[in-house]
Amino acid sequence: MSGETLIIAALVLPVLTAVGIFFAGKLPDFREGITLLGAAALFVTACGLAGTVGGDMPAELVLGTSVPGLDFAFRMEPLGAMFALVASGLWIVNSFYSIGYMRGNRERNQTRFYICFAIALMGAMGVAMAANLFTLFVFYEVLTLSTFPLVAHKEDKKALKGASIYLMTLLATSIGLFLVAIIWTYTLAGSMDFVPGGLLNGVEAVTPIIASALLILFAFGIGKAALMPIHFWLPNAMVAPTPVSALLHAVAVVKAGVFTMAKVGLYVFGYDLLKDTPARDFVLGVACFTIVVASLVALTKDNLKARLAYSTVGQLAYVTAGVMLANSAGMMGGSLQIAAHAFGKITLFMCAGAIYVATGKTEISQLRGLGRRMPWVFGAFLIGSLSIIGIPPLAGGWPKVMLMLGSAESGDGYVAWVLIISSLLNIAYLLPIAILALMPPRGTLEPAPYKRPEGAPMFTVAAPVFTAFGTVVLFFLMGELYDFLLPAIGGQP
Amino acid sequence: MIDLILQLAPAWAEAHAPALIIVLPLLAGPISAFLPGSGRIAWIMTMVVTALCTLLSIILLAQVRSVEGGAVISYAMGGWAPPYGIEFRIDALNVLVLMLVSFIAFLTSIFGWPTIRAEINEEKRAMFFGAFQVCFMGLLGVAATGDAFNLFVFLELSSIATYVLVALGSGRDRRALPAAINYLLMGTIGASFYVVGVGFLYAATGTLNMADLAIQLQDTSGNRAVQVGFAFILVGLGLKAAMFPLHQWLPNAYTYSPSFVTAFLAATATKVAIYALVRFLFSVFSLEFIFEGASLALILTPMGIAAMLACSFQAIFQTDVRRTLAYSSVAQVGYMLLGISLGTAAGVSAGMFHLVNHALMKGALFMAVAGVVLTYQGTRIHDFAGLGRSAPWTMTAFAIAALSLIGVPLTAGFQSKFALVSALLASGWWWAALIVVFSSVLAVVYMGRILQAVFFKPPNNPQKRQKEAPMLLLGPLWVLALANLWIGINGNFVVGLANDAAQALFIGGVR
Amino acid sequence: MVEFILERGNYWAIIGLMMIGLYTLFSSTNLIKRLVGLSVFQTSIILFYISLSRIDGGTAPILFGADAKGHGGDHAEDVAAAAAHGADAAHGVAADAGHGVADTAHGAASHGLEHIYSNPLPHVLMLTAIVVGVATLAVGLAIVVRIREAYGTIESDEIREMDLEVALAEYAHDHPGEADPA
Repeated sequence: MSGETLIIAALVLPVLTAVGIFFAGKLPDFREGITLLGAAALFVTACGLAGTVGGDMPAELVLGTSVPGLDFAFRMEPLGAMFALVASGLWIVNSFYSIGYMRGNRERNQTRFYICFAIALMGAMGVAMAANLFTLFVFYEVLTLSTFPLVAHKEDKKALKGASIYLMTLLATSIGLFLVAIIWTYTLAGSMDFVPGGLLNGVEAVTPIIASALLILFAFGIGKAALMPIHFWLPNAMVAPTPVSALLHAVAVVKAGVFTMAKVGLYVFGYDLLKDTPARDFVLGVACFTIVVASLVALTKDNLKARLAYSTVGQLAYVTAGVMLANSAGMMGGSLQIAAHAFGKITLFMCAGAIYVATGKTEISQLRGLGRRMPWVFGAFLIGSLSIIGIPPLAGGWPKVMLMLGSAESGDGYVAWVLIISSLLNIAYLLPIAILALMPPRGTLEPAPYKRPEGAPMFTVAAPVFTAFGTVVLFFLMGELYDFLLPAIGGQP
Repeated sequence: MIDLILQLAPAWAEAHAPALIIVLPLLAGPISAFLPGSGRIAWIMTMVVTALCTLLSIILLAQVRSVEGGAVISYAMGGWAPPYGIEFRIDALNVLVLMLVSFIAFLTSIFGWPTIRAEINEEKRAMFFGAFQVCFMGLLGVAATGDAFNLFVFLELSSIATYVLVALGSGRDRRALPAAINYLLMGTIGASFYVVGVGFLYAATGTLNMADLAIQLQDTSGNRAVQVGFAFILVGLGLKAAMFPLHQWLPNAYTYSPSFVTAFLAATATKVAIYALVRFLFSVFSLEFIFEGASLALILTPMGIAAMLACSFQAIFQTDVRRTLAYSSVAQVGYMLLGISLGTAAGVSAGMFHLVNHALMKGALFMAVAGVVLTYQGTRIHDFAGLGRSAPWTMTAFAIAALSLIGVPLTAGFQSKFALVSALLASGWWWAALIVVFSSVLAVVYMGRILQAVFFKPPNNPQKRQKEAPMLLLGPLWVLALANLWIGINGNFVVGLANDAAQALFIGGVR
Repeated sequence: MVEFILERGNYWAIIGLMMIGLYTLFSSTNLIKRLVGLSVFQTSIILFYISLSRIDGGTAPILFGADAKGHGGDHAEDVAAAAAHGADAAHGVAADAGHGVADTAHGAASHGLEHIYSNPLPHVLMLTAIVVGVATLAVGLAIVVRIREAYGTIESDEIREMDLEVALAEYAHDHPGEADPA
């Protein structure tokens, strides 16, 4: 199949899936089958697209010109391929999980749920494949809009309020800051294409002040990357059902944000321009601040999902920090973190959801001793936590190592210290959950019986176990991933 | 397709299109007013006339485009040659406006029948359509004419008809009457100021023909009479265009007039006045005069920015959906004026592009609101709650138009905002670009409130009938909503027209 | 100084009427009075144009005497040209901000006319403007009649009070149970 066909397929398949879900609304099993089929097909397409990268015929497509100067153009490059693979692959897992969760919890409006999911994945694929800022922006907004009904799913007052904050923050930052940065870039450089080495690199009109202003507009305009203080939409979006949280945190939304950050850093600025931009230090400082403060806040949260949300905010800032280090090691660390964190976090969230479905419990203090009854769930949680903390043989270790290398290379030594502190904090707020559940201290009361008699639905247990296993597998595949990304990012083979 | 219409058109239509486009509604108006029956025949006549005018405007478009760089069609009324006779002068700028006005009139006259049946008394319907045709003719005349005083005549013709149309909303809500009288008083002041300005220009040059004025005014930069004339014209047309702070008549007029009238006016009346303003600023007065002599940037830019900010804020605090949209319209006029005040071809092109897009957006929004008024008799945000489920077709079109207003990509609103911000940044006005973006965020707030009520709140009164608006209403509504999407995805056609329009103004003067 | 004022007497009258009209329109609360103010304002504009048409030494623009004889049809061009020339003379007039002196004899003679005529064009324009003014006034008065029927008053402040009550009632209806802010 030619590259162009694959690109079109990647966009059309999720839409077809959505249409199929719409028509199969009354037949739940059939409807879920369509989701799984669509997800599987999308993953295969993503594999095909990844295969075209680096070959003689990279997949490229120009769909047309919207207005002179604004084209819909797609091109596969290694970063995008990785994101596409992660998103589509985890969609399959998340779909299985959703089936278990939504049915186990007897949620309403399931058809709307699956339809919005499919459209959100289309947005993610569009972001992954975009060849210029305009196309990326279009699909970025599609992602925002399609996830809004998902966040507001429960439709009660709290859900609507959380969803409104979600939408407002993301739209305000994207229209108010990101779009301005895009148009300004277009005015300066005459185009919006992603160029290896940096679109703005070498453009005369880009003085250090202008580059700084642009960098700040981009950094805070890409609201999905949750850099402080634009991070608060993420904890507010916890009102959504857990599969949505998993989608938000691991599969699509925040990953699209930090992926965009990486693309902007790599292809719009380029290492050289970034190094010469005074605001780089500022943004790097903000990222490190986010890492530490988010972890500290996570420590104070007793609500499991809230703690995980703040953990994500901190972990995302790793990617931003990596990009701001402006060298290949830092960028590699950030990119690897996209994949590693995805697997780790989705495990944690899916476990949280399984716990909720089975017991109705949301607070960490209530989970002591529960591990005896739900060993698989908490086992997966433990492995996920270790991955986030960064302990080999789990995936999270590699990105941290690369980031430390990058910080040494760029001269921003303090970043390494920040990473170490962050790992310590991760241990402090993640490990106790699993440990206290699996091995409660003597004298802990017996946990209350299950809310749901059969315990957690099978899919909601199998999925996190699978992804926990995935973090181990990813550890060993890191080498391949490194080689795959090398042509784009540069550095030592 | 345009060439096809040109080939099919009979020769007399091609030769006399500029005159026919005015004469048809002019004749049909009084005839419609006296037609018997419940107004249905008058309605059909209106639809036919507006359809014919749309075709004529397309013929004119084809003729203008037949020459590279845009032809100028000059039609001397009655055979009297300009500058003594009145001429109709069609170039790339006003053919765009002619097409827009006729197309919107056609769509609203299709959609209007169910709402008019509900809101206007039976004995008044035929006269209502008569007044509508006169209003339509007046707007077309303003767009087509090449004579300054003739513009006043057509402007007043359309305005007087509009006052009548607005006042007819008293069938539903008596507040339409004070709204109409206020509109009358302010609108007449505006037109009178305009005619004073034209008087000064006539005193200084001796001619009323706009092309001739342009030639005569070239050497008059220090002349006080010309400056005063310019000021009066600016204020007069600004009042008609609802330029801040001369916009006070608009919110009440849009809120209380019949739904059909609001949908039509929101999409056309202020646009035509802005066209007239652009015509005077760039065709009649020379660019040097505007920017060095009278410092245009000092007048239009702050007004545009004030409109965007103040009216977007006011829109947030309204409880009636139509008032929200009305304040939003004033803010959007601010965008157009900001683009025009840049004084570059890119700025004027962005302003004209937004003019077209805004007409499509607001037309769709007000049509959707009309649908709700028809089936649920309520226009407050409170009444809109939960309609996403009961009237999905209407509300989805509303949502598309609302997203276009916000400026979400793949919609027309995004394209024009992009063009505007690009033009501003290209001229170095980054502070204005930030303000444009900020007011877009405000638009998210006020449209978001309505959308949230529609799609995510339970209906307030479950006993109310859960039904959809009639097909006659949904058809044109969806045509406009889809037009928004089409321009958002492939805006080449309209952008091309807007660019041609801007080029037509800037031939011979570049800034 | 006194000459300066007296020579421009017509313009003072125009400005005076304009300001009286606008002031009445803005400050009066009675709708009929506001319409009257509007009419006065429009009258001042009519006077303005008619002032423009006045040529010093010119008479009513009807051909008479020696000029009236001769070929009917061709005359139209000459007359039109003379009128335009009269307007150009008025151009010289306005450039000096309102003096009534002009080089009209020269202009008239060069077009073969013996007498000097005032410019008829502004008169024609003002006929149109008068009609527009009358139509506006008629519509305005009709609306005022309907306001009287609907509200029982034609004072705009009373009307605004009544509308405000309705608006407050609507708001209270939408938000039941809220304390009265007053």
